[in-house]
Amino acid sequence: MRYRYFPGCTLKGQAKIMEETTMAAAEALGIELQELSDWQCCGAVFPLYEDELITLLSPVRTLAAAEGEPLVSLCAACHHVLKRAQELMQRSEDARSKVTDFLEVEYSGEGRVLHFLEVLRDDLGFKKLAEMVKKPLAGRKMAAYYGCLLLRPAKVMQFDDPENPTIMEDFLKALGAEVVKTPYRTECCGAYLSVTEEKVARDTVSKIIDSARSAGAEGLITACPLCHYNLENCAADNAGKPVEILYFSELLAEALGLTVRAGSAEEKTGEVPSQ
Amino acid sequence: MPRTGVFICHCGTNIAATVDIDKVVEAARSFPGVVHAEDYRYLCSEVGQDLIKKSIRDHNLDRVVVGTCSPRMHENTFRKAAAEAGLNPFLLEVANIREHCSWVHRDMDEATPKAVALVRAASAKAALNDPLEPPTVEVEKRALVIGGGIAGIQAALDIAEAGFTVDIVEREPSIGGRMAQLEKTFPTLDCSACILTPKMVEVAQHPNINLLTYSEVEEVSGYVGQFDVTIRKKARSVDAVKCTGCGICYEKCPKKTPAEFEMGRSTRKAIYVPFPQAVPNVPVIDREACLYFQKGRCQICAKECPADAVDFEQQDELVERRYGAIIVSTGFDQLDPSAYGEYGYGQHPDILTGLEFERLFNASGPTGGKVVRFSDGKPPKKVVFIQCVGSRDKARGMNYCSKICCMYTAKQAILLKEKVPDAKSYVFYIDVRTAGKGYEEFQRRAAEEYDVAYLRGQVGKIFPENEHLVVKGVDSLSGKTIEIKADMVVLAAASIARADAPALGRIVGINSDSYHFFNEAHPKLRPVETHTAGVFIAGACQAPKDIPDTVAQAGAAAAKAVSLLSREVLQGEACTAVVNKAECSGCLYCEAVCPYGAISAVEIEERSATGTIARTIADVNAALCQGCGSCTAICRSGSINLKGFSNEQILAEVDAICLQR
Amino acid sequence: MTSGTKSRMIEEMKLQSGQDPSCCYQCAKCSAACPVTAAMDLLPHQVIRYLQLGLEEELLESRTPWICASCFTCAARCPRDLDLARMMEGVRLAILRRREGNKFGPADLTPEQLAKLPQQALVSGFRKYNK
Repeated sequence: MRYRYFPGCTLKGQAKIMEETTMAAAEALGIELQELSDWQCCGAVFPLYEDELITLLSPVRTLAAAEGEPLVSLCAACHHVLKRAQELMQRSEDARSKVTDFLEVEYSGEGRVLHFLEVLRDDLGFKKLAEMVKKPLAGRKMAAYYGCLLLRPAKVMQFDDPENPTIMEDFLKALGAEVVKTPYRTECCGAYLSVTEEKVARDTVSKIIDSARSAGAEGLITACPLCHYNLENCAADNAGKPVEILYFSELLAEALGLTVRAGSAEEKTGEVPSQ
Repeated sequence: MPRTGVFICHCGTNIAATVDIDKVVEAARSFPGVVHAEDYRYLCSEVGQDLIKKSIRDHNLDRVVVGTCSPRMHENTFRKAAAEAGLNPFLLEVANIREHCSWVHRDMDEATPKAVALVRAASAKAALNDPLEPPTVEVEKRALVIGGGIAGIQAALDIAEAGFTVDIVEREPSIGGRMAQLEKTFPTLDCSACILTPKMVEVAQHPNINLLTYSEVEEVSGYVGQFDVTIRKKARSVDAVKCTGCGICYEKCPKKTPAEFEMGRSTRKAIYVPFPQAVPNVPVIDREACLYFQKGRCQICAKECPADAVDFEQQDELVERRYGAIIVSTGFDQLDPSAYGEYGYGQHPDILTGLEFERLFNASGPTGGKVVRFSDGKPPKKVVFIQCVGSRDKARGMNYCSKICCMYTAKQAILLKEKVPDAKSYVFYIDVRTAGKGYEEFQRRAAEEYDVAYLRGQVGKIFPENEHLVVKGVDSLSGKTIEIKADMVVLAAASIARADAPALGRIVGINSDSYHFFNEAHPKLRPVETHTAGVFIAGACQAPKDIPDTVAQAGAAAAKAVSLLSREVLQGEACTAVVNKAECSGCLYCEAVCPYGAISAVEIEERSATGTIARTIADVNAALCQGCGSCTAICRSGSINLKGFSNEQILAEVDAICLQR
Repeated sequence: MTSGTKSRMIEEMKLQSGQDPSCCYQCAKCSAACPVTAAMDLLPHQVIRYLQLGLEEELLESRTPWICASCFTCAARCPRDLDLARMMEGVRLAILRRREGNKFGPADLTPEQLAKLPQQALVSGFRKYNK
């Protein structure tokens, strides 16, 4: 099982641990993730105005670089941007012709664009994953936090049912964890508001954490570095028992019996993050 | 040479503003066979018709051409006028110079020659028209009502009272429909069963009405006045004659299964009547659930029955009957709100649809008439009602308004207050629609006297939290977000057509719209007729509606059926296909394309050079033929022709337009 | 209320976002679904109402477009199939393209924030608040 891999800037920076744990797990699972040789930041947000074409240049360049092979990301935001860019390229002849002309690439929306969790669910299968688990997370009460960008808009992302998703819970079950469902698992964490309007982000994050805690969760998994940051840093100060915020791949590596050493990701991909 | 009269209508300014009437009349005078041409402002008026009749007599006309609006509007009017003047009505031809000309053009210089061409074509055809006599069809004086809810019940009673026999076919084991599931009806707060059951009993006892419950219509053939219908009476596994309705069988039955009458919120037995006031009060064995039919065990009902009425060997019975008229009144369903994941229906037991909530009030409902939560059996103190779940929804539901929900929500909030005096209701609405008689006053009572909080806005999401359901909504009038810790949420889910309505439509020969509601013949003026003569519709199967409108529509459909049944004979279709025996080669392509099964193969004897030979040719049954013309289109040799629209007549029109002959 | 003359800004937004605010029947489900309404002066459905009424000036003064986190929940719930996220972006861009310029830059961050924030936060924050 071979995929081209787009890391995105945050995975080489503050979210290094997500890449490292995923790389180790992928190797154990027999999934080859070949990093794209020359990539740049995806832009972190998908342009919602039809004339903001310059913001499409980076994601389309990335999509074209996959050369028809399936393209995988780990960061929810990267996946969101790439997936929506692909859909726009398929739908709008105007955007397609202008962007590909400028970039001098051929691309009209072909190829699979996946999040790693979709690889696990659809290509490997959670049943197979469960068989390969060496240290099941027995007794660990874990909740899934989806956030926004993996699920919405549902017609484009087609990741799971946007109001009642199960993919992350099924993932946790395959790892042997005791799954806890929090009703706030698809509510927004506040995103970039933690930078500009911290009070608002505190409000949204607290609701999520409180709800997870009262459902009995010890930990929350996420696939988005920004959600991770918000959930970890913006919870209200009077919080009760802390809820551990983890990347989904950290649990994956743990369940597969792997210990991951810092810096191991660069060795695998042969890339050093540029400063 | 025919003696043709041409009459051009101004239709006020509808035609005259775009077509130069004088030029058309003048041109008509030069057409072959035309001996008289004139115009009038409104030919369809009584004066206009008298003008035509007088002209026919004065000028000894034997053909008439009218240049007017579409034949769909007034062909019959003018034909009757011609008939009154002693002319066979099929010797009159309509040139549509309104819908086909003046209404689709703006330029008089372009429209006028077109109108002239159309009138020329009509007069060329008229010259070749033959007098035709429509056949007569005998009317079977019996009506069929499909669906035994309040619409079907009312229609059947009205037809029976007029002196005709009626059969009601109902799919469920009992008649009663949705109204039997209701506790009270708005705006009078009548007990629904109390006003329905007397009608149900009347139906059961009426000498002119036959009830075929637990039955379905399988096949319909024929045409108005003579519909041949096959009905499948499904095996009840109980002898209806012996059964006394004592109820011991379902009391003793050990097998429970979800009850459809309660939308699965409680159970019934494998042998059951759907509700206590069922008519007929004869139980039915659900063979899918029954332990005997599935596993060969039990048979307790048979052992306990004092009348020895249980009959496991009973088979389905097929009944074939002829009917003069059919009324379809198959009712509606409630949308499954699971599509709205944000409301959490199906994820939590205390999130209900309107119909499920209604059942809580009923003494034979899932909670024995107590309004309590399914989760812990306690009465709810705060109930949130959400309107428009799936209605007025372009994105995930139906784009239409379901009409009844604003009223039944107000009703349910009032009933809740009466049963649980310290309960508080909140209604999230987009608009409150209370257009019926007494409806506005009723809803105002809910808001003003029963302390129901009406919040104009919608609910974003429902979050279960401990024992509560946290409802996050908005009041758009004050601009405030609202959070309610509710005990129960009631979703006013859209009224939708039954999923199998189109399949029934195909059997009966009527069509439905994109929402699967049956199509009426004209949305304004013919609400109970369909495009199929002799088939009428009534009730919610045509569109969402409340009980008063349903009963009114049922009466209307019954009146139409009675008017049909009270005739001795009906006039059939005059323009039927006819085969030229000498030319027909017997390829029978026409038989294959006829949608009415009106053509069949027949053997004839012919004299040939060597003697008499037998040969197969096509034969048209004029009684079944509806004059669609498919056979004439496919006939390779042109040996089948349509009376009134023959190949020669059509080609004459083409020549008139193209060659100006 | 405007006199009924069309607002150029709003016409431009309709074109660029592909959304027609006149389809909205003000059910306010978007506002009910929005996770960050507590900090907004105009609720999302009120922003659409202002678009419908052509109240350009009031929109340009509102804080609401800057509180919006682009979570797309409003668009997911709207029964008229309107994409509010696109319309809100339209208001943001209308403000940015007309007014003085960027609303937020690296200079507005503290050294601690710069050290801790994930790259994704900086890129998305700067993008949403700047031309």
